[in-house]
Parts: sequence; C-alpha cells; structure tokens
Amino acid sequence: MPKLTIDGIEIEVEPGTSILQACEQLGIEIPRFCYHERLSVPANCRMCLVEMERAPKPVAACAMPCGDGMVVKTNTDLVHKARKGVMEFLLINHPLDCPICDQGGECDLQDQAMAYGFDRGRFGENKRAVKDKYMGPLIRTEMTRCIHCTRCIRFINEIAGVPDLGAVNRGEHMEITTFVEKAIGSEMSGNLADVCPVGALLSKPYAFTARPWELRKTETIDVLDAVGSSIRVDTRGPEVMRVLPRVNEDINEEWISDKTRFAYDGLKRQRLDRPYVRKDGKLQPATWAEAFQAIAAKVKGVAGNRVAAIAGDLVDVESMLALKDLMAGLGSANIDCRQDGAVFDTSSRAGYLFNSGIAGIERADVILLVGTNPRWEGTLVNARIRKRYLMGGLKVAVIGDARDLTYPYTHLGTGPDALQQLADGSHAFAEALKGAKNPMIILGAGAFRRKDGVAVQAAVRALAETFNVVREDWNGFNVLHSAASRVGGLDIGFLPGQGGLDTAGILAGAADGSVDVVYLLGADEIDAAKLGKTFVIYQGHHGDKGAHRADVILPGAAYTEKNATYVNTEGRPQLARLAAFPPGEAREDWKILRALSELLGTKLPYDSLPQLRQRMVEVNPVFGKVGSVVPAPWGSFGSAGALDAAPFVSPVANYYMTDPISRASVTMARCTETFVKSAESAQERTGTHG
Amino acid sequence: MSAPAHDPANEPATFTFTPENLERAKQIIAKYPEGRQASACMPLLDLAQRQNAGWVSRATMDAVADLLGMPRIRVYEVATFYTMYNKTPVGKHVIQVCTTTPCWLRGSDDVVHACERKLGIGVGETTDDGEFTLREVECSGACVNAPVVQIGDDYYEDVSPELMEKIIDALKRGEIPKPGSQIGRQSSEPVGGPTTLKAFTTTQAD
Repeated sequence: MPKLTIDGIEIEVEPGTSILQACEQLGIEIPRFCYHERLSVPANCRMCLVEMERAPKPVAACAMPCGDGMVVKTNTDLVHKARKGVMEFLLINHPLDCPICDQGGECDLQDQAMAYGFDRGRFGENKRAVKDKYMGPLIRTEMTRCIHCTRCIRFINEIAGVPDLGAVNRGEHMEITTFVEKAIGSEMSGNLADVCPVGALLSKPYAFTARPWELRKTETIDVLDAVGSSIRVDTRGPEVMRVLPRVNEDINEEWISDKTRFAYDGLKRQRLDRPYVRKDGKLQPATWAEAFQAIAAKVKGVAGNRVAAIAGDLVDVESMLALKDLMAGLGSANIDCRQDGAVFDTSSRAGYLFNSGIAGIERADVILLVGTNPRWEGTLVNARIRKRYLMGGLKVAVIGDARDLTYPYTHLGTGPDALQQLADGSHAFAEALKGAKNPMIILGAGAFRRKDGVAVQAAVRALAETFNVVREDWNGFNVLHSAASRVGGLDIGFLPGQGGLDTAGILAGAADGSVDVVYLLGADEIDAAKLGKTFVIYQGHHGDKGAHRADVILPGAAYTEKNATYVNTEGRPQLARLAAFPPGEAREDWKILRALSELLGTKLPYDSLPQLRQRMVEVNPVFGKVGSVVPAPWGSFGSAGALDAAPFVSPVANYYMTDPISRASVTMARCTETFVKSAESAQERTGTHG
Repeated sequence: MSAPAHDPANEPATFTFTPENLERAKQIIAKYPEGRQASACMPLLDLAQRQNAGWVSRATMDAVADLLGMPRIRVYEVATFYTMYNKTPVGKHVIQVCTTTPCWLRGSDDVVHACERKLGIGVGETTDDGEFTLREVECSGACVNAPVVQIGDDYYEDVSPELMEKIIDALKRGEIPKPGSQIGRQSSEPVGGPTTLKAFTTTQAD
C-alpha cells in the first residue's frame, strides 16, 4: 500500500491507484478531459498535470500510479502555468461558438476555461475546420469542436463493444470518424453525447431545443425494458425535453440504452388525453362520467367469471394491485400480467427473478444464455456481461439465436435439445459449467413464451441444481424479463386465481363468448382480433393496438407522469417520479381504478398513495424495501415435462419498437429505418447519397 | 501530407491477395504470438499496397482487417496515420524529393523544379500517363549525401537537377538507374576521395 503526500496531506492508497484517483479520495479537484473513470487511460489531453517532487517536469495525474513516498502538489504556480498552457493549446482550434452550442452550460471545456483559460487568444492564424461526420439518427456531430480526447472511441470500443469509431490521420489533421460515414450500430450510442466533454458529439433529437438551466430535473427510473435503469428526466413546462442516465452501480452504472434515452418523443405523440366511448361503432370523445357510466352499465349484472383483466408491459404496481383488488371485488379470478402469453411457474419468487443481480454478473465466470438476446432484451445487462468479459476469464455459451453480442461465445444450439445435451453431459460445455466457480444461467423471456414454458423452466432449474449454479452464497439462476411491469405483477400476484383464466384462456374465452368484459390495463401486445365481441375497456396512455379495439378508453399516465412503483428483473422495487403532468384529462392510473371501483359498487379501501402502498406491503413485504433487492429463497418450481424441439425465439424482434411509447417515437422510427429495416440504407450514405 | 478525402465511388470494390502474397502474409502473421495477429497490420498493408499498384484502397484495407480479424476502422487508422501508405492511386514511379533543411541547403529546390519541368506536373500530382508521381517529403535520413530523392524503394543521392533529368529519362525508357550516390561516391565518403586514414582505404575498398 503506497503512502504518499498530496498537498501536504498524507494518504495511503491501494496499489495501482493513480494520482488523480488519490486526489479524488482527498476531495482535491483535478481538471481533466480525456480521463474517464470507466474507460482506459490514454493520458492525451494533458489537462491533469500536477507537480511531483524529484520529477523534472509536470506529470499527468491520470496515468501516474501512486508510489511510496511521492510528494505531489496540485496547487502551485508550475501546475497552473502548465494547465493554462494546455488550455491555450486546446482553445487554439476550438471555435468560440458557445452561444450556439448545445453543450453550453454543461461543457467541461467551458467550465475549465473559466479556471484556466486566457482572457484573449494569442493565435493569429486561421482555426482548423473539420467536416462533420454522419453517425446515424441519434448522434449529431460538430467535429470542429472536437478536442481529440478519444473518450468516444474508447467508449464505443470498450463499453459498447462496437468498434465503429476511430481517429484517422494525424497531428493537425487528426479526425474522429466512423468507418466510413456509417451509423453507429450500437444500442448504447447515445452515451457518446454524455462522454464527449465538449459539444462535438451531441444528441440529435435534442439539438437546439433547450438549455440546461431552463430544465427541471426529475430523478426517476426507466420502464422501457425490465432493467429499470436510473434516469434523470429533464422537463420544460409540460414537455419532456431529454432523458439522461443517473449513476447506479447496481444496475446501469452510468450508461443507458438508446431506447431509454431517445424514445421520449413518443410521450408527446399518439397520446390518449381524454376518455372515449364507442358509439355506433366509432370511438367518440366523452367525459369521465360518461365513460364510467358506460362501463358500469355493461359490467353490472355480468357474472364475475365472465369478466377478465390483462395488464401490459409498462404498468406500475400500484395500478395493477388496484385492478386486482377491483377484479376480486367483482368476483373474477381471470387476471394475468403476462400479456405475451408466457407460461411459467410463479410459485417460487426465485424462479422468475434475476437472482444474482445485474452487478452479480461481474462475479460469474461461466455464463449460459438460454433463449435470450440480452443485447436487445436488456442492453445494460449485456454491457455488464461485456464488462465481465473484458476482465478476462469468462466463458459464455448461447442456446438460441446466434447474434453478435459484442463478446465471443460458444453456440450450443437453438432449441431445448441443447439443454438436454448439457444435462446429460454429452456436450463439451457441460465440463466448463461443472468446473465453474460461479456459474450463471440467464433465461430470457423468450424461453417462456412457448407452450412448454413450465417444462423449460424445470429443465433449466434441474440444470442449475446439477451444475451448482445455486449455492448458499451464490444464486446464478437468472431470468431476464423484457417488460418493466412483469416482476411487479408477479410479486403482487396479478395472476389467474383459483379456476381463473390466463392470457391465452381469456383470449380463447373472448373468442367463444364465455368472457363478456375484458379490462386491458395498458395491454397492447395481445392479438386484439381474438377479443371477438367482448366489451373491451382500455386504460393506458397511448392510442396503440389496445385502444383501437377498445369500447371505452380511460386515459392514463405514462411513466414520467406519475409517482409509481416498478420492480425490475432483479426483483428490485423502484420508484418512478412525476416529472410532468399527464396531458389533458388523463389521470394517474390507480386513481382511475379507485374512482371506477366506487361506481361499480366495490369501493377500493384506499384513498391515497400511502394507503395503497401500505396495501402493497401487506400483499408482498418486498415493497417495503424500495431500492433494494430482497433475496428470494430457492424453492422448487416448474414441472418436468416433454420439451418441444422448436428453437427459442427472442421476444424482441425490433429493439427500437417494443412498446406503445417507442412505437410512437419518431426517433425510434428513424432508428428502425437505419438499423433494423434495411442495413443497406445506412450503407447507401457511403456513396453518392447526401 | 494528409490523407485526401475518399471518393469511394471511384474505388475498386474488391481486393484479394494473390496466392503468393497470401502465403507471404501468413508467414508474416506467424511471426507474432497467437492473439496478437493485429501486430502484422503494417507489413500486411505494405504487402497489399505493393500488390495494389502502390496504393491502399478501402477494399485493400478491409481485406487486411478481415485477414487479421481486427475492426476495419483500426486498419484505417493505421493506414491514414502513416504517410508512406498511399490512400489514392499513384504513378508507377513515386519520386519523393527530400526538402528538409540539409537537402534544401544543398539545392533540393532545384531538384524539385527540375522534376516539375521535366514531368510537367506539380508537387503532389501524377502524370496523365500514370507513370510518375512527384512528392516532397520530410527528412529521408540520408543527409550526408544530400540532396536525396527516393524513387520506389531506392535512394538516389547527391542528385543535381541535371542528374535528376537523366534519372527520369532512364525511367521513361524503362531502365532502372543505379541507386546510391549519383556522383560515384562510396557510401558517404568525402567528395573527392578520403582525407584522413588514407592508409586504410586500400584494404577497406571492396
């Protein structure tokens, strides 16, 4: 443990700590551009120069490891002179266009120029101008502003694992570019705008729309996948202007996926801002009272077992519980939160959670992916696996689609037969699993979305038990869900009760006339054609598939417009917070259900959010510990059965459009066009295009 | 100096190593430990450039990247960093006149003008028949025999405008003039014969 002195303060640090990190531990601020704590250290901006005794010249603090007996000074004339010199060089070619630059107000260069900048330029020559690069529909470039810190190159290589960026030419002519004029094919490319310390790489959809100081910042969570990334929603008045990541070491570190970041424009389009009632075959605008009366008129007198409810992918726990209680009041057990028709045993909580936690991936040494494409189903989970891969010594195997996951893996097969080969040890990878210290199995939602889902679950559980995946101190049995509401729904038991119908049963019942009323709580991914002649109530925030079929539409709030609880795939309950109010007459979802229950004569026993949350804790104590994971005890789940030989299919066919919000988003439509629909359309730009 | 902007529309779309060069490439790659194949990037680019009429096209760089299993942008970075990889087509003979201080003091400007007059092109240009490309380069590292001109892989030293014209004439006739000092100097011995240690010169002569 080297002991050194920084500015007269003695500090003992871990071997390998850089001077810059030691300074941070002491709370001494060192300016930097190229250094980023999660990326490799190139030491090329030279802004972090400090004075070290017995060194002939200033040293770069980010790259100099602490040594025993070092005496470092960070606040001397020499240091200031050196940093001022570096700053002057950086500003030689940097345009003075802060007033029209989107980074203005949150720019590292701008901030540090306040401390180290010269009050005038001494460089009389022409400034360098660089042609802007095309980097796809998400990243806007202004390459003249680039200071060549290479953070973007390192991010896209190391974290995203898509080596599309590089620095070409050299010296005065150095430029950051893609190869060549190509959109960056990463689901994490939006983070480039965050890592860029200046205004060279910017968010394209956010361009010229707002200034950071006019935005109200709300710390909340993302619900567009089941990872539940921590985000900050910036709003101006009623409008969400942008979404940024928040640091959360347990989940997303400091990155977010492109869908999380850029789908927000979907919140402004296709919104349901007032109730609708279908009259004469057409949806007519109505008042809340009319809509409620239409429902009451239909539902009253219908036997409980002829009423059913399905919850969608973006629904919060509060409203699901309210709906569950309402359905119980109506005497119906026909409820299901698995709108995708997935079948799996929910009797043991460990059977449907990402038990090791996302951060737990870093402890695994062998990972088996079953029926999942984590890059699309949980981008940040995939980033974590890649991070683990870069640490070295990780073996990954895939059963399912063989796609580019940004790290190498062994492809064992596409269907359940590969599971059997592993179980009986006939595949070589079984040896790797056997020898692993912390083996991990990640089971995708696609593995349950088939008739033999319960049997697949049992087979994987058997595999987990055979290969010591579950121990006292380690549980590597992981389910990666693709919907934010799923685990919450399972935790409160939004599932068919005694004799109740599941999603498939409800749809079949609707088709053959044994179900009269279906309540869709944000459920859009069901086959609406199967609903037949039933009376459909749709409560949600977007005019998507569910609303098109509805007889009554109750406008609800999106995840940025309510204080609500979501449980991520790890089983971590998290709070989403209201950043903007719901549009028009739309209301928070649980309040709608509470109001409706009174009219239906089954008044729900809670009048406020704290009361409802109290009820949630009664139903499942995990909701008492918001933000933390309650480890689930290992139990027996699933039931062994015949496995269908059909290959596993990922539930995400198009990463950029998975839910009503992203389907309404123009940005996501552009991404679909560029990255999914035609790989050629991106290529086209290399020729004579544009 | 800097790499010119690409015009991919006019570039050949494909490039494949000839069997002999592929064999040679494999020998080069084998010099590096397993997992460090990317180290062979520079010699392979050179090999590809020689096969591809003296320049590396994008297809050429892609072929090198794919052969080495490295991201294409990494090869692109290397190729654009070094000026001796030509990113645009060049003539059959690339005449590189050193104009750094020692050569300049010894009259390299006149050599450049001689080339320009003789070939009818400016610095950085290629003759219409695709035979000659003229370049100014920074120090070639043979200052004792300044001025120095590099043509292809050969150094022509102690060049004067007249000698330069003769060299170009010879090249035009399809001959390869003798490389080295053009005034008959033995490596970098003093002009006009040895001045010191004369006793050794007879035994040292080869």
